[in-house]
Amino acid sequence: MNEPLSSFYATPSFSSHSAQHPYVYIVALHQHLRGSALTALQAAVSRLSMDVAALDCRLGVGANRPLRHLTNKISGQIHVQPTQLSFAYQHKSWSFAYFHTNHKSCAATLSLMAEVEKETFDIEKADLLVKELRKVYRSGKTKSHEWRVSQLKSILKMVEEKEKDIIKALQEDLSKPELEAYISEISMTKGSCKHALEELEGWMKPQKAKTSITTYPSSAEIVSEPLGVILNKAIWAQATDRDGASGALIGAIAAGNAVVLKPSEVAPASSSLLAKLLEEYVDNSAIRVVEGAVAETSALLEQKWDKIFYTGSGHVGRIVMAAASKHLTPVILELGGKCPVVVASDVNIKVATMRIIAGKWGCNNGQTCIAPDYIITTKAFAPKLIDALRHELVEFFGVNPLESDDISRIVNLYHFKRLKRLIDDDKVSNKIVIGGQTNENQLKIAPTILLDVPEDALVMKEEIFGPLLPILTVENIEDSFTVINSRSKPLAAYFFTNNEDLKKDFVRNVSAGGMLINDTILHLTVPSLPFGGVGESGMGSYHGKFSFDAFSHKKGVLYRTFKGDSPTRFPPYSAGKLQLLKSLMEGDMFRIILSLIGWSKD
Amino acid sequence: MATEKKEVFNAEAGAAMMKELRSAFASGKTKTHQWRVTQLQSLLRLAEDHEKDIIAMMKASCKLALKELNHWMTSEKVKTSITTFPSSAEIVSEPLGVVLVISAWNYPFLLSLDPVIGAIAAGNAVVLKPSEIAATTSSLLAKYLGEYLDSSAIKVIEGAVPETSVLLEQKWDKIFYTGNGKVGRVVLAAAAKHLTPVVLELGGKSPVIVDSNINLQVATRRIIAGKWGGNNGQACVSPDYIITTKDYAPKLVDALKTELKNFYGDDQLNSKDLSRIVSSNHFARLTKLLDDDKVSGKIVHGGQRDESNLKIAPTILLDVPEDSLIMTEEIFGPLLPILTVDRVEDSYKIISSRSKPLAAYLFTNNKKLKEEFVRNVSAGGLVTNDTTLHVILAVHTLPFGGVGESGMGAYHGKFSFDAFSHKKAVLHRSFAGDAPARYPPYTPGKLRFLKALLNGSILGVICALFGWSKA
Repeated sequence: MNEPLSSFYATPSFSSHSAQHPYVYIVALHQHLRGSALTALQAAVSRLSMDVAALDCRLGVGANRPLRHLTNKISGQIHVQPTQLSFAYQHKSWSFAYFHTNHKSCAATLSLMAEVEKETFDIEKADLLVKELRKVYRSGKTKSHEWRVSQLKSILKMVEEKEKDIIKALQEDLSKPELEAYISEISMTKGSCKHALEELEGWMKPQKAKTSITTYPSSAEIVSEPLGVILNKAIWAQATDRDGASGALIGAIAAGNAVVLKPSEVAPASSSLLAKLLEEYVDNSAIRVVEGAVAETSALLEQKWDKIFYTGSGHVGRIVMAAASKHLTPVILELGGKCPVVVASDVNIKVATMRIIAGKWGCNNGQTCIAPDYIITTKAFAPKLIDALRHELVEFFGVNPLESDDISRIVNLYHFKRLKRLIDDDKVSNKIVIGGQTNENQLKIAPTILLDVPEDALVMKEEIFGPLLPILTVENIEDSFTVINSRSKPLAAYFFTNNEDLKKDFVRNVSAGGMLINDTILHLTVPSLPFGGVGESGMGSYHGKFSFDAFSHKKGVLYRTFKGDSPTRFPPYSAGKLQLLKSLMEGDMFRIILSLIGWSKD
Repeated sequence: MATEKKEVFNAEAGAAMMKELRSAFASGKTKTHQWRVTQLQSLLRLAEDHEKDIIAMMKASCKLALKELNHWMTSEKVKTSITTFPSSAEIVSEPLGVVLVISAWNYPFLLSLDPVIGAIAAGNAVVLKPSEIAATTSSLLAKYLGEYLDSSAIKVIEGAVPETSVLLEQKWDKIFYTGNGKVGRVVLAAAAKHLTPVVLELGGKSPVIVDSNINLQVATRRIIAGKWGGNNGQACVSPDYIITTKDYAPKLVDALKTELKNFYGDDQLNSKDLSRIVSSNHFARLTKLLDDDKVSGKIVHGGQRDESNLKIAPTILLDVPEDSLIMTEEIFGPLLPILTVDRVEDSYKIISSRSKPLAAYLFTNNKKLKEEFVRNVSAGGLVTNDTTLHVILAVHTLPFGGVGESGMGAYHGKFSFDAFSHKKAVLHRSFAGDAPARYPPYTPGKLRFLKALLNGSILGVICALFGWSKA
């Protein structure tokens, strides 16, 4: 998952906005600048006398139109600065535009005076926000069972009442098919909420623990206590589903924490909807949404949190963890990786194919962290598998998949170009066996299958996160384990086979965040399974009780009475005391008795 | 006489070592039950052969791991949901790979070997870096582990800052660090480069609250045992300061004086039953705390020191200001300041206003006070009516670890095994049992069916299957 975020981190101008200079900046204009946001921008720009015509605008497809439209109206001199800046519109969200001047190939910026009321979220604001939340947390209200239940119920109500709005926002951001949006976002959020509501009392109950003879008489328990103030930073792929934002949000609330949610700016419609809805439904004194991009994220990361939950790329994950290290903040990183699908030849090929397609193209068109990334099968079986995939793809998406409503588009131009580059790589130029069609204007790429790509091809080097599916072939199916283990550990690994021994070998030998035999993606829906990566695919896990645990501290509590001290514990020490103490700690009953009556074994 | 030339552990040596360990891990041998058992048994043998050097608790950890290993390694079956029917699910504990354990000097054997036992039980290849401050133990550990354990997968690297830096440059699958918050931050930042998860066992100022309605003698003895009897205050869970009421403080001080005398005699500075301060650096640090202007006149017991023998007598200070040096850093030594409050409940506020400590202790017979303590005081772990017992005497059923400034992650017993394992979720499905609604092309009927299924509405499911609409 390469968000274009990373390159902005080095840009110092982000935190330089001040209230006296209500500059708004454009960095990269998102294709979804429309409606009131667009009007606001147009109004702002039209008040300036500037000439943008001299600029060569290279924008996202959707963005191209509104901005060209906009820039046509502008005359005069434009002030171009050699930095990247950003522009705020309604609800504190940001949009971006890349400008390329005629002279400079670097991304340049356009700075605008805006009439729109805007708030820059800088370090001071972030500091203030965390202070406020810490105060609320200290008051103890988030710790109560009632508060947790009321907030979870509100989220459930929000998702139920605003189902249509959420689906609409997702369609705007990703043109996600309604059914897919329903499954991955609505129903899973609802499911998480309901599950948490049902189980909360049990989760909150201290867990009794056995005590040992050395501390007799005593009792012990493990108490789950909230950590404090949590930062939850989500990725765009599933801006409102439980794997982006609300899953972790639900866990953090269930565990009794105050939470700041920072949805991804790459899905702006979902982001601003989430901000608006949460403001409306939940307790804003303890649950906040901060919208924004790099500047806001940096300001947030400067703060001291009690846990940071981040979903996204390994690159940003490293930045998050390094920032967290300053405050000794534990992190959960939900990253991605290249999730392999191993297909043996003994399978029900129709079912296997359907399930691979559902997991790959039926889930946000491959733009999911656990989407199948590549297939490994035997040389002999590959042609059959490809035929089956071709057949089922037509069944699912018709002969012209670019026209299908049942498939999401690519999230933005940046990712479209990234994916295009993977297909255009010389090393795979003649490897495409299915698909390959693209439509830049609509940001669509057809389901594309590549056969026998070399391991050093671009498409095999980075996480694909899109509708391309390369197939590697091996002589024996067992060889696939070596292929997978030679790479970074993926978030998920899939295996289709009916052979029990092979299944066992797979589970034993392949390391991945999670694995699923004879299907794809579905393990995500089982709340009794922890969901999380290992190695490059992340650290920490969540879902169901695991989410609650992820945001709780497991406090060991030992209760003693004033009775039952053995004099051996206290100085002055003698050889006999040492003997008894040793035996006690080793649980050696025989020696305990011996030392108590003053005998020694030695 | 150390005349033999030591090999330099530089970046090259570090890389070579990692390569060797990676290949040992990749061979799969550390994953086997048999390897883990053999190594743990060797450790146990080591502990038995060198009983003088190795404390009993390590033996207990080894025995526990050997006894429970089969059970720990067994995958855990879990329930599945209707959306994935028919299926079965399990959580498999798999080793993380090659792990690094950096230990501290105050309990050099325990703090080194306890995590190592967990790492081995979980099936990892391990590098142990003992503290250079406890030099003798460090070289003993290197010698013993080299002799007893499989050195292709378990190594000891001795050294100080340069060696540690080289180690931290490597890509590990987990880093387990015991020590202070400053180095903890360095470890965490180094780990971030490789996305390596870490366990940090740090310290902090662990408070002891003393209520007035208690068995004072027992309480005092237990405080003394935890403070001065635990390495003379040089333990991460040592009582750091006491909070009690203004009224009760004089009684408490008297009782402490009496019991200290019972335990350590009149000349406490020279008692054989007290450890000395570990190094002259720490001695200087502790005397600085005592010489702070803000606490002059506050010493009500002890205060004697002997620089040449690195000894400081058990020292109690009463009513120190909160901004004195002794109240701003972890003491880690034989000094014990007492803060006083009007009401014992006020102590919760004092504790909460500071960084979260590794442990907090409360002596009381008041049930309500206990409940409030457990609910309101955040710390790595809590003990009522005793000190340090939860760690020193190995209640292996409780996780031991800090929170906030006192660290992250926990260990002991099964928690050690878990700390070095990845919990791999595995879902098994057959080829039967797919609802066509899962697949495109999507129709309104499919949406209805799915909604009903996911909402758990059986009637809705049936309606949708028959193509009826409820709406």
